[in-house]
Amino acid sequence: MTHAGGYIADPRIRKIEWLPWVLAVLCYFVAPSYLPLGSYVLTMVIFALSLDLILGYGGIITLGHSAYFGMGAYVAGILAARLTGEPLLGLLAGTLGAGLLGLITGMIILRTRGLALLMLTLAITSVCYEVANKATALTGGADGLGGFTVQPILGLFKFDMFGKTAYLYCLVVLFVCWWLVRRLVYSPFGASLTGVRENNVRMHAVGSPVYQRLVTSYTISAALAGLAGALLTQTTQFVGLKVLGFELSGELMVMLILGGVGRIYGAFVGPLVYLVAQDYLAKQFPEYWYFGIGAMLVLVVMFARGGILGIIDAVIARLRRKSD
Amino acid sequence: MSAALETRSLCKSFGALTVADQINFRLDPGARHALIGPNGAGKTTFVNMLTGRLAPTSGQILIGGDDITALGQAARVKRGLGRTFQINTLFPNVSVVDNVAFAVAERENVAWRMFHPASRYRSVLDESMALLDTLGLAQDARLTVAGLPYGKQRLVEIAIALGLRPRVLLLDEPAAGVPTLESHRILEVLDALPKDIAILIIEHDMDVVFRFAQRITVLTQGTVLVEGTPAEIAANDDVRKVYLGERHA
Amino acid sequence: MQDLLSSLVSVAFHGLAYGMILYVISVGLSVTMGLMGFVNLAHGVFAMAGGYVMLSAMNSMGIPFPLALIAAFIAVALASMVLERLLYSRLYTAGELEQVLFTIGLIFMSVAVARLVYGTLPQPVHLPEYLKGQLHFLGRDFPAYRVFLIVFSVSIVGLLWFGVERTRWGAMVRAAVDFRAMAQSVGINTSRLFTLTFALGSGLAALGGALGAEIIAIQPTYPFEHLVFFLIVVAVGGLGSLRGPFVAALLIGVADTACKYWVPEVGAFFIFIATIVVLLWRPEGLFGKAA
Repeated sequence: MTHAGGYIADPRIRKIEWLPWVLAVLCYFVAPSYLPLGSYVLTMVIFALSLDLILGYGGIITLGHSAYFGMGAYVAGILAARLTGEPLLGLLAGTLGAGLLGLITGMIILRTRGLALLMLTLAITSVCYEVANKATALTGGADGLGGFTVQPILGLFKFDMFGKTAYLYCLVVLFVCWWLVRRLVYSPFGASLTGVRENNVRMHAVGSPVYQRLVTSYTISAALAGLAGALLTQTTQFVGLKVLGFELSGELMVMLILGGVGRIYGAFVGPLVYLVAQDYLAKQFPEYWYFGIGAMLVLVVMFARGGILGIIDAVIARLRRKSD
Repeated sequence: MSAALETRSLCKSFGALTVADQINFRLDPGARHALIGPNGAGKTTFVNMLTGRLAPTSGQILIGGDDITALGQAARVKRGLGRTFQINTLFPNVSVVDNVAFAVAERENVAWRMFHPASRYRSVLDESMALLDTLGLAQDARLTVAGLPYGKQRLVEIAIALGLRPRVLLLDEPAAGVPTLESHRILEVLDALPKDIAILIIEHDMDVVFRFAQRITVLTQGTVLVEGTPAEIAANDDVRKVYLGERHA
Repeated sequence: MQDLLSSLVSVAFHGLAYGMILYVISVGLSVTMGLMGFVNLAHGVFAMAGGYVMLSAMNSMGIPFPLALIAAFIAVALASMVLERLLYSRLYTAGELEQVLFTIGLIFMSVAVARLVYGTLPQPVHLPEYLKGQLHFLGRDFPAYRVFLIVFSVSIVGLLWFGVERTRWGAMVRAAVDFRAMAQSVGINTSRLFTLTFALGSGLAALGGALGAEIIAIQPTYPFEHLVFFLIVVAVGGLGSLRGPFVAALLIGVADTACKYWVPEVGAFFIFIATIVVLLWRPEGLFGKAA
C-alpha cells in the first residue's frame, strides 16, 4: 500500500524520512552555486505537495492548480511592491489569498464531477490569467511585476545575491509544510480523504460529509500552493504571467507523476529529478528535452504508473521475494 | 410504538415510467423482514429512496417516527440507517480494519480531526477490531481488501455497515455471488446480528429468505403485491404465479 | 445607426466564421469523448497538424489549395488511426488521470516536434487567388475567403449530420454513445468503430485547422493555447452530441468576436465566466445527457 495513513499506520517518522533533509542541508555546503536552482526545487516541492493532497489523496483531477500558485505569487508581489517588503507577512498574505480563492472556487466546482469538473478548473485558471493579463496597473500585465525589494527575514537575515538566505528560507518553510502535511495525511481527516478517493459512494453511505471534506482539503491545498507561489515571488523578486499558465500546471503534473502520486515523497523526488535533469539537458537541447518529457509521460502512464517511487517499490519487493 | 422504518405512499416516476407506486411499508424494531420480487420489480430503487440516494416523486419516509424524506444520505446515517450494497462497495486498496474504521470514525465524529494521528484514536481501532472478531475476520484485519476472496469481501461489506451501529439495516442481497461453500458463513453472520436492529433484507435466494425472515413483502412492478409471514407468502397463489414457482408449493 | 448595424453584421459574420471553424475542429472531440469516454486533451494537435500539412503542401511544394486540404484530412486521419491502434486503445479502460496525463504527454511531444521542424513563428498563409478579395452582397463587402469558409463548413457539417443520421456507421455510433456496454453485446465491433470514428474526428479537426489557419494561427503553441476553447465547445455543448457543440461553437464564436470588437479590455474573460455559469447550471452541457 503506497498511501500512508489510516488507523493502523505507525505515524512515527522513520529514519529514512530524514534523508531528504540531510541531502538538502548537504547541498547548501557542497554545491553553493546551485542554490538558486535548489530554492526553485524546494518551492516546487511545496507546490507538488499541495497538488498531491488534492489529486493523490482526494482523487480530484485538476488542470488548474496554478491559479492558486499564481494568486499567492501575485498577492505577495503586489504587497511587496505597494505596501511592505516584509517577507513573512507576504507569505501569510499569499497563503490566505490563495486559500480564500480555493475556498470559493472549491465550493462551486466540487459540486460537479468528471469532465465538467476538469473543465471548470481550466476555466478558473483561464479567468485568473486573463485578469492578471489585463489588470496591468496592478499586476504589470504581460511584462510582470518586479523592482520590489524583500526585506530581511525577521529583520535579521538579509537576502544575499548568492541565494543562500533564499535557500535556507525555502528549506525552513518546506520543513514546516512537510510536517503539517504529514500530520494531515496520518490524521483521521487524511484517512477519510483516502476513503473518498477509494470509494466515494460508500463514504456517502457511511455518513461522511464528502462535499465538506473535499472543499476543506481543496482549500488547504490551494493555500499551500499559494504559499509556494509567494515563496517564489520573494526569492526571485519577480512575478509574471507564467505562474498562472496552463504549462506550469502541466509541468507540475509531470513532476508529481514522475515521482509518484499519492505518496508524500513522490512530491520530493519528482521535482528534484525533473528540475535537475531540465537544468542539464534543456539548456543544450530545449526541444529534445520537451519531447523527452512528453515521451516519458506517455511511457510512465503505460508502464510505470507509480512513478520513480513505484519502480523503487517494485524493485524492493522483487529483492524481498528473492531473499525469501 | 413507532415503526423503526416506515414509508407512506412512496412514489417514484421517471417521466412516464413509474418504478414505485404508492408503497406503504413498515419495518418494526428488531424485525427480520425480507423484500422479494422479480427482477425489475423496483427493489433497488426502493432501497435507494430509503437511503437518500434517490429522491422520491412523492410520499414520506420515516425513521423512528421522524420524517426524513428531505434529509440527505449522511443525515439519514446519523439517524441510524445503514446499508450494504448488492455489488461489493468497499475501499479496495485499504486494509480490512481500516474499511470498518472509516465507518466507525464517522459515527464517533472523529473523522474530521486533522492534527493527531488516526492511530491515536484507540477507541475507533478497538471497536473495529471487535467487530471484525464477531464476524470471524480478525486474522485478516491487516490484509488489503482487494486481495480477499469474494466471500470474505462480502463479510467486510456487512462489517462496514455494522460499524455505524445502525438501528435500521438494509441488506441488499448479502449472499449474492458468494460460492455456496462460503455462503454458510454469511448466513451465520446474519443469524447472529444484534436483535435490537431492524433488518430489511433484499434477496433472490429463497433458502436465505425463508431461513431468515419473520415477515416478507413481495414487490412487483413497483407496487406491493402482498405482505405476510413466510407461511402465508408460500401459500399465496398470486405470489407463486409471479415469482416463486412450483417448488415452494 | 447605420454604423451600429454595420458592426453588428460584421461581428455576426466573423463570429459565424470563427464558430464554424471551432465546430469543425471540436465535433470530433465530442464524438470520441462520448463514444469512447476518453478525455483526449491532445485533440488540438490534430487541428494543428492539419494546418501544418496543408501549409507545407502549399508553401513548400506548390500543391494547389483544394488538394492540400484533402491531403491534410487524409494524412492526419491515417496518422491518428495508427496512434489510436498503438496507444489510445490501451487506455480506454484506464482512469481519467491516466488519460489526462497521456494526452498531455502527446501535446508536449507534438509541440516539440512542431518547434523543431517549423520553428516558433506562425506559418504564413497564402490564400489561393480565386479566394482572395471581397464579395459584395446585401450592400456590404465580405471577405471572400470567410464566405467560402462558412459555406464549405456548413456543407461538411451537413454531410456529417446526414452520415450520422442515415448511415449504418452513424447508427452504430449513436448506439454505442448511448449504451456503450450494450453495443458490444449486440455484436457491434466496437474497436473497429472506435478507430474509424477517431480517424474521422481527427481528420475533421485537421480540416478545421487547415481551413481556419487564417483565423487561428498555426504555430507550435496551438494545442495549449486553444485547448480551452475546444473543451469549452464540447463541455458546454454536451459530450457525444452533435448539435450541442454546434450551438456552443456558434455562441462562442460570436461572443468572442463581439467581446474582442467592443470590449477588448475584457478579452476572453466573458467566455470563461459564461462557461463556468453554464457548467454549474447544467454540468452535462446544454444538450448532453444528464448523468
